[in-house]
Amino acid sequence: MTWNRKHLLDIESLSADEIIAVLDTARQFKAVGERAIKKVPALRGKTVVNLFVEPSTRTRISFELAAIRLSADVINFGAEASSLKKGETLKDTARNLEALNADIIIIRHSATGAPHFLSRFLKGSVVNAGDGAHEHPTQALLDTFTIREHRGKIAGLNVTILGDILYSRVARSNIWALLKLGANVTLCGPSTLVPRVFEQMGCRVTYNVDEAIADADVINLLRIQHERQRQTMFPSIGEYAALFGLTHARFARTRPNALIMHPGPINRGVEIASDLADCGRSVILEQVTNGLAIRMAVLYLISGGKGAQELGGLA
Amino acid sequence: MPDSLLLDAAALSRALTRIAHEIVERNESGADVVLVGVQTGGVHIAHRLAKTLRELWNQPVPAGALDVNMHRDDLGNHLAPTVHPTQIPGDITGKTVVLVDDVLFSGRTTRAALDALNDFGRPRRVQLAVLIDRGHRELPIKADFVGKNVTTRANERVNVKLKEADGEDGVWLVKNGNGSPA
Repeated sequence: MTWNRKHLLDIESLSADEIIAVLDTARQFKAVGERAIKKVPALRGKTVVNLFVEPSTRTRISFELAAIRLSADVINFGAEASSLKKGETLKDTARNLEALNADIIIIRHSATGAPHFLSRFLKGSVVNAGDGAHEHPTQALLDTFTIREHRGKIAGLNVTILGDILYSRVARSNIWALLKLGANVTLCGPSTLVPRVFEQMGCRVTYNVDEAIADADVINLLRIQHERQRQTMFPSIGEYAALFGLTHARFARTRPNALIMHPGPINRGVEIASDLADCGRSVILEQVTNGLAIRMAVLYLISGGKGAQELGGLA
Repeated sequence: MPDSLLLDAAALSRALTRIAHEIVERNESGADVVLVGVQTGGVHIAHRLAKTLRELWNQPVPAGALDVNMHRDDLGNHLAPTVHPTQIPGDITGKTVVLVDDVLFSGRTTRAALDALNDFGRPRRVQLAVLIDRGHRELPIKADFVGKNVTTRANERVNVKLKEADGEDGVWLVKNGNGSPA
C-alpha cells in the first residue's frame, strides 16, 4: 500500500502509485455496495462534515452516502443556512466544526485552494470536493476507475475531453490523473473555452471535433456551465450543440467500442444527443455508482493512522 | 539473530493434513461445511484444506476468502491496510463455516472476521482453524483446530511462507521482527 496521506487535496500532487492505490481500494468497496448488507464499520465513531460552501447535490449526496456506508456520523453544512452568510470567515467556520470534534471535513468552495488553506491549520483530514475551476479529485478518480474497469488499463488509451475545459475543475483533475497513468489526452471545444496553454501540460488541443473523437477510446463530455459563463464564450447553446455536441452523425464515426462519459448533470441535446446518453456505450450511470466506491475508498485511506504499522498489531 | 524454523515444508504439510482430519472428525457430513480463509495468510491454507477435505469426504468443499480490514477497530492506529478481495462461496446461512488463518495472535483479526462474516449471512456455527497459535490473546477467542502451538514473545514475529505466494513452504520465528504484520 502506498497511501500515507492525511488529506486528499488535488490530483496534481499524487503519484501514479497513489492513484492506483485508491482505484484498487475502491474496487473492494464497490463489492461492498453489491452485498445485501452494504455497510461496514471502518469509520465507526468518526464524524464527517460536508462543508459545501458552493451548492452541490450529487457530489454531496455521494460523499454523504459514502460516509454513512462506512458507519461515520455525517453533518451537512450548506452555505445558504450557515454562519458564512452572516459574515463568519471560512477559517472560523472550519475551526468551529473542528471544535465539535469533526475528524474529516469535505469541502466544496468556489475559491481555488480553499481545501489546501483548511489543511494548513486543521488537525483533522480535509477532502477537496471541488475548489473553483481548480480540481475535483474524486471525480477524476471515479472517471479513471470507470475507464480502467472497462479497459483494464489507462496507459496508452486515447482519451478526449470535450467541452468547457477552461472553467472545469473536472477537466483539470482528469488531465492530471490520465497523464500520470499514461493516457494520451486530447482536449476539444470552442477556442474560447479551450486555451492552448493546456498543451504545456502535455495534452493535445484541437478545435476540430471530428479529429478529436476519431481515434478516441474514451470520450468524456463536460457540461456547459451556463452559470459560470458570460455570454461571450460562444454565440448560442444551439450553435454549441451543432459544432461540438455528440450528435448521431459524430457518434457513428467514433471507434465502435469508445466509451461515452459525462460527469453530470447532463444537458440533453446540448453536449450529447439525448438517446446517446442512454446507449450501451454510455457509462454515465456507472460513473455515479463508482463515485460512491471511490469516495468510500478515499475516506477509508485518509483515516489510516500515521507512521509504521505497529509490530504484530494486525495479527 | 537467525530466524528459527518452526515448521519445515513436510511438517507444515502434516499439520494441515491433521487439521483436515480433525475437521472431518468434528463435522460428520461435509455437505454443509464452507471454508473461509482470512486475507491474506489464510486464503491459500483454506484452499489446501479444501483439497484434502474433498478427498476425505468424496465431495467438493467450497473455499473462499474474507478481508477483514473494513471491520477492524484500529484503523486510526496504523496506515490503512490494503483491502483484498472478499469472495464468499454461496450463501453461508445455516452452514458450518470454518474460518482459516495462518497465525492466531491477539484474536482481533478473528473478532473482525466474525463481524465481517455476519454481513454475508448467519452460519449455523463457526469454527476456527489456524496453522500457528502463538498466544498473547487479547480477546476471549480460541481456535478449534491448531497446526502448532508456539510460545513467543510479543515483539517476535511469526513468518509463514506458502508455495502459492512465496515459492516455498515453511514457518519461521523472527526475533525482534520489525513491522510487517503476520
